[in-house]
Amino acid sequence: MSPTIPISPEALRIDPAAEADRIITALRSIVFHQLKRKGVVVGVSGGVDSSVVAYLCCRALGGERVLALLMPETDSSPDSLRLGRLVADSLQVRCVLEDISPILTAARSYERRDDAVRMVVPEYREGDRFKIVLPDVVNEDRYSIFSVVVQSPDGTTNKVRLNPQAYLGVVAATNCKQRARKLIEYYYADLLQFAVAGTANRLEHDLGFFVKNGDGAADCKPIAHLYKSQVFQLAEYLGVPEEIRTRPPTTDTYSLEQNQEEFYFSIPLAQMDLCLFGFNAGISPEDLAPAVALTPQQVDRAYRAIESRQRAAHYLGHPPCLIESF
Amino acid sequence: MTIANELRCFIVDNYLYGQANGWLTEDTSFLESAILDSTGILELIGFIQERFHIRLEDEEIIPDNLDSIRKVANFLSAKLESSARQEVTA
Repeated sequence: MSPTIPISPEALRIDPAAEADRIITALRSIVFHQLKRKGVVVGVSGGVDSSVVAYLCCRALGGERVLALLMPETDSSPDSLRLGRLVADSLQVRCVLEDISPILTAARSYERRDDAVRMVVPEYREGDRFKIVLPDVVNEDRYSIFSVVVQSPDGTTNKVRLNPQAYLGVVAATNCKQRARKLIEYYYADLLQFAVAGTANRLEHDLGFFVKNGDGAADCKPIAHLYKSQVFQLAEYLGVPEEIRTRPPTTDTYSLEQNQEEFYFSIPLAQMDLCLFGFNAGISPEDLAPAVALTPQQVDRAYRAIESRQRAAHYLGHPPCLIESF
Repeated sequence: MTIANELRCFIVDNYLYGQANGWLTEDTSFLESAILDSTGILELIGFIQERFHIRLEDEEIIPDNLDSIRKVANFLSAKLESSARQEVTA
């Protein structure tokens, strides 16, 4: 169904003060009354999403009821740790550093991941860095299938399409990172009788850009209903440090930096946000195209990529299936 | 067995778990009917490369070539024929 007013980027404009109040009120009720926990644990990555969640939790529950966890690992950017500390310091909340690298090493996560990369790049060796990237599926009729980009210490890069075994091997091994972080988050949640706050936004939630029982697991998800551009609006209102708000979004998962656009169909996040909004609202590609500065054909391709991702995300968000309800 | 039949068996065995029930036609879109996701496409590519001893180039991995049994069969027939011609010429 098409709307009666023209669509523009303003469609995602929120009243940040009102939205923050709404979330804060809900958080108090959820944590104290629904979950009956004494506070929350937030994994703070130095990105805008986890920063906004930490700020909201502080306002809702008080700084003494928020624990900020910094959980870097071997491949994390040093900036992530520095900016995570900046968030904790600016909020004056308790902050614990937990390097998850030893857990990942013990689980053979790095070893299994490297073995998977070597299935398609046999010359990949220690010291090389890599990331996985999607092709441009908005400007061309392409499938959303990943390639691996390997960079050797001398800067030479090699891009190779992944085969199914290598793709699944890289993803399965890398997903251990998010699950290891969740293991630590719940350790502290149990220790302090706190709840775990998830930091996924709607873009990640709707498209399944999260790890099942990893960053997808939480007791409450304060910003899961907000598009990424709305999270940025809240960040500005809440006073999240500018360096965090202006930092190019990164997945901070692979040793070679992967920006989120390489994960989101090769279009900038602001356009991706509007495409997802348009898709969810049933707005036709023709009506949405002017607002996102894309052609109707490009929007149509983005819609098809979104639909495909949402289908794939069905399993990720599915609760455990029971044989019989009770 | 024809290419189309081999593809059909691969799809039915691996993604429909033997339950085609007559609705999978040669023109059923793999993506629109949600038979294959992106990982499924990777597996289809792997199957084609291994079974027919060819390599699919990145620019060939598009819905026009791979989104139904008929499209894959037509694409493969043309590609195999072209490869055979090149071998004879060489």
